[in-house]
Amino acid sequence: MNAKLEFRDVSRGRALQARLDRAMARANRDVTVMHVCGSHEQAIARYGLRARFPANLHVKMGPGCPVCVTDAPEIDACVALAERGLRILTYGDMVRVPGRAKSLEDARAAGARVEVIYAATQAAELAAATNEPVIFFATGFETTAVPTAAVLLRDPPLNLFVLSAHKWVPAAMEVVASSPDSRIEGYLAAGHAATITGCGIFEPFVEKHRRPVVVAGFEPLDILSGLVVLVEQILEGKAEVANAFPRCVTREGNRRALDALFRVFEMGDGEWRGIARVPLGDLRLRPEFAAHDATVRFAAELAAAPAVEPRADAAECRCGAIMTGQLQPTDCRHFGKGCRPDAPIGACMVSTEGACRIWYEHGSPS
Amino acid sequence: MTDDRVELAHGAGGRAMRALIESVFLAGVTDPEARAMGDGAAIPLGDKWLVLTTDAHVVAPIFFPGGDIGRLSVSGVVNDLAMMGACDVLALTSSVIVEEGFPLEALARVQRSMQLACEEAHTRIVTGDTKVMRRGELDGLVLSTSGVGLTDRVVRDSGLEPGDAIVVTGTLGDHGLAVLSARNALGLEGDLRSDVAPLNGLVRGALAAGGAAIHAMKDPTRGGVTSALTEMAEKAGVSILLDESALPMSAPGRAAAELLGIDPLAVANEGKALLGVHPSALASVLAALHAHPLGRLAACIGRVTEGEKGSVLLDTGFGTRRLFERDGDPLPRIC
Amino acid sequence: MCLGVPGRILEIDGSNAVVDFWGVRRRVSLDVVDEPVAAGDHVLVHVGFAIRRIAPEDLAETLAFFEAMTAEDLEGLRK
Repeated sequence: MNAKLEFRDVSRGRALQARLDRAMARANRDVTVMHVCGSHEQAIARYGLRARFPANLHVKMGPGCPVCVTDAPEIDACVALAERGLRILTYGDMVRVPGRAKSLEDARAAGARVEVIYAATQAAELAAATNEPVIFFATGFETTAVPTAAVLLRDPPLNLFVLSAHKWVPAAMEVVASSPDSRIEGYLAAGHAATITGCGIFEPFVEKHRRPVVVAGFEPLDILSGLVVLVEQILEGKAEVANAFPRCVTREGNRRALDALFRVFEMGDGEWRGIARVPLGDLRLRPEFAAHDATVRFAAELAAAPAVEPRADAAECRCGAIMTGQLQPTDCRHFGKGCRPDAPIGACMVSTEGACRIWYEHGSPS
Repeated sequence: MTDDRVELAHGAGGRAMRALIESVFLAGVTDPEARAMGDGAAIPLGDKWLVLTTDAHVVAPIFFPGGDIGRLSVSGVVNDLAMMGACDVLALTSSVIVEEGFPLEALARVQRSMQLACEEAHTRIVTGDTKVMRRGELDGLVLSTSGVGLTDRVVRDSGLEPGDAIVVTGTLGDHGLAVLSARNALGLEGDLRSDVAPLNGLVRGALAAGGAAIHAMKDPTRGGVTSALTEMAEKAGVSILLDESALPMSAPGRAAAELLGIDPLAVANEGKALLGVHPSALASVLAALHAHPLGRLAACIGRVTEGEKGSVLLDTGFGTRRLFERDGDPLPRIC
Repeated sequence: MCLGVPGRILEIDGSNAVVDFWGVRRRVSLDVVDEPVAAGDHVLVHVGFAIRRIAPEDLAETLAFFEAMTAEDLEGLRK
């Protein structure tokens, strides 16, 4: 706790804010950067950092919310299995996310069995306690994909099936940076995902796009110091990978975790909700794990699922533009009106890491 | 949320609940006492006030670390009376609605717990009622408790004035965090306990020390400090600025909030009071609170200002943000 | 879902550990942590899995990094 408190030291925070102010005053122009992690936005909102950013520094939110980028048809597939009476386990944030027509919560209200778990190991424990099939709807980036992999590598019960909607973050940064109207001059990368991948993974990206990437943690001093390093690189015309989270991140990352991840998963092209088809952005179970792959075991049930009639307002959801930094939540006409955490239209209003939910609950900085 | 059915959020103590009360229960009601939507009602009786309140309790699990539904039901009513200044609680009533099949042993434990809480609060249950519902028609046990007390001066939750100090009588969020981790089988071990307790003794001391300088009181139950202060600020037409570094937290409470990603200001307390105190009496009120076992960690956590009416702001040291009431109970972010 | 929390290992039982998070304890899997860990070590935990040992020297490096970045401005703020 003591160390944690040092990362929240207010006087050092003020010093970092002063340094950021000075750099941006010297720059005398607008600078736009992007963070690629919902937990960064959480911390920025939680500590009230955004209101104190220099006026000419624009910190955009990227596709950093794993719940938000889970594609609606992926949710539809899980809803279809739930409606067949199969038992579903998933992480809490997924329950309320609307698919094209329904959420898992809607299915549960109509009698389906949908349970929330808090650790991947719970999925194996709950399956071991029963004979019926148990489906783990597994979502998230590297940080949750590794635990899913670890569970599958440790002799899981034969009745445990994984419906993987896991995604690989670095692939999405490529899409954002390649978008023609991208004015983003540098990226703040997620410290926890980089703990697994290592910050070296961003070197080809920096080489290709000539934009700096700074890996940052989630305490207020982590974020402020990460922004200082990023802005100073931009203003000096540099483009390098920098590690502002050295207490967890190395260049190589966690080899054992990456090994587990790629023994279980392989990359495939996949649709990220509202954003684009992301080349190599999805993590799918390898054929060796077909015995635990819900898409294999329940292929017939999924194929027989009735066609989904999309709800009318879904087309007006701006989550995709918000997650690629083109719009802010307040630019959406449904924000806080037709779309609220208790009645979401888009995924960004559901997840605690979604930009809309964070702005709704912490107040939009003006 | 659909607009034509009652939803869980309507019972979570926030905006949705107040909207339900205003649109359904206060429709056509003009009585100013009812429309005040206070923790209880005050009725003039000679040169004193009779304060009356009622509270229904459901909690899952029924037994949780630090307390149970019985202690909760007595404390809830006693505290609502105390918040209006009625620290001498004359008597309580208790209605018990129980599901067929509920273990008698558990019912007896709940009853003993109610008795113990009454002894702590120097009051008694004088009458009651029992109903049994068919299995599945009710989740275990519902307690409905009412109480009456007398006071010379009624304190309202609407009385905040600019310049007042905001005082809380102890650590924040313990009840909500303890129940949340018990309910969700999060596998957390440690000394995380509900703070559920009757506060009339503590509040009596504060009122004796502060007198009329205590402008407003409210207990931050469902919806937590954020919800309680928002309601107080709205009713008084003032703004409140909180200092995050001054918020008292228990070590396990702080740890659980970090671990679960839960905002401790948004979860329930069942043994804490918020007081709006004129600065002239702040020192003596804090001294009186500190002298009571339930108020040892009482602290001044903020000030009432003339800012945007109904707003509650939090100064984190890094910046200031507005606190917004949540709809529904928070879910662990650990997911 | 990306809530990572640092804690301290109290005891190890095979591939699991009891980890203390400032007074609250929870069972955590050590299946994917990439270096040997022992009681007393700090680890970063995600959805029930330790994903990294936080070495004291790495912690010191972060604190030194803040120190270096803020020294000049802290001086300025004190004036």
